[in-house]
Amino acid sequence: MLSTLIQLFITFFKIGLFGFGGGYAMLSMIQYEVVEAHQWVDIKEFTDIVAISQSTPGPIAINCATYIGYTATGGNILGSTVATFAVCLPSIIIMLIVCKFFLAFRKNKYFSAALKGMMPAAIGLVAAAALMLMNSHNFVDYKSVIICITAFILAYFFKAGIIKIIVFAGILGYVLF
Amino acid sequence: MNIEQSNRNEIHFKMKQYLNLFISFFKIGTFTLGGGYVMIPLIEKEVVNKRKWINNGEFSEMLTLAQSAPGPIAINTAIFVGYKIKGFKGMLTTVLGTVIPSFTIIMLIAIFFAEFENSKTVERIFCGIRPAVVALIAVPVINMLKNNSFKVHITVIAAVSAIAVWLLGISPVIVIIIAGLCAIMYNTFISKQC
Repeated sequence: MLSTLIQLFITFFKIGLFGFGGGYAMLSMIQYEVVEAHQWVDIKEFTDIVAISQSTPGPIAINCATYIGYTATGGNILGSTVATFAVCLPSIIIMLIVCKFFLAFRKNKYFSAALKGMMPAAIGLVAAAALMLMNSHNFVDYKSVIICITAFILAYFFKAGIIKIIVFAGILGYVLF
Repeated sequence: MNIEQSNRNEIHFKMKQYLNLFISFFKIGTFTLGGGYVMIPLIEKEVVNKRKWINNGEFSEMLTLAQSAPGPIAINTAIFVGYKIKGFKGMLTTVLGTVIPSFTIIMLIAIFFAEFENSKTVERIFCGIRPAVVALIAVPVINMLKNNSFKVHITVIAAVSAIAVWLLGISPVIVIIIAGLCAIMYNTFISKQC
């Protein structure tokens, strides 16, 4: 138990520390660490957690940390607390340092140069999160493909809200499968 | 008597400031779906227009900062505002305000979901939701590339990073570090004027 808690802390601290580009970019990190490296949840459960995180309020990284902390410890609220705290801690440390030196940081040529590479990479990480979820567990047959394309059209062209799309996809799933 | 009265008023005033900070960020944490970018307009309304804790210029500076620093953007914003208004304790207040709603809701769902995970109905519903999740993650990728007018170097870096993680199984942490280092080297050795 204690070793799981320590693992959770280290993993989510790392995710918080390198999670440039916000929640969606952090998803591929969370998936890499939690599904592949530590195997706390399988890929289907992970997708479910992402769906739940997207349809509940709050930052996605926090939602994932809370949920995975709970699952990894076999249903212990302490796991959620440790994971959530760990994912916030790097932000707290870094933002406190940054607030003290505020503009000096933005003007630092190495930092702003690094950002120019990290921001496009973060977009790639979001893409990787989507690509990694495109697997046979989540795409059972052609009906899954139809649901995916429909959801994409609704979100991209019709700017439909996330909750509406998830509810709609849930109903389609219930009817089709 | 007067001193005691003013002391009490001062304590009352301080408590009220912390309470307002907490309430504002609790609201932000409760009513924003879809993560950081969706939260920004609500944060602006609450922090700049309603409470007037920071002005417009500071807000946009803060946004750049919150997006440049690692971690969830909403948390970074909460840290910045809390620290600016009430120092370290203010920061703790705003972070807790943002985290508590998510934490509570997810805990309830995690407990509830464990009971129903193996139900046939829930499995069918999630069979439909899973492919939709993929689409919902793909949309912001295209939007972000579009916001950068599909500039070649940005699109190429994004594509290489995506392939490195997706096909080569390289850790995203490594990809971010390498991207940062490459950009620094490019900036130092190749394009001096940048």
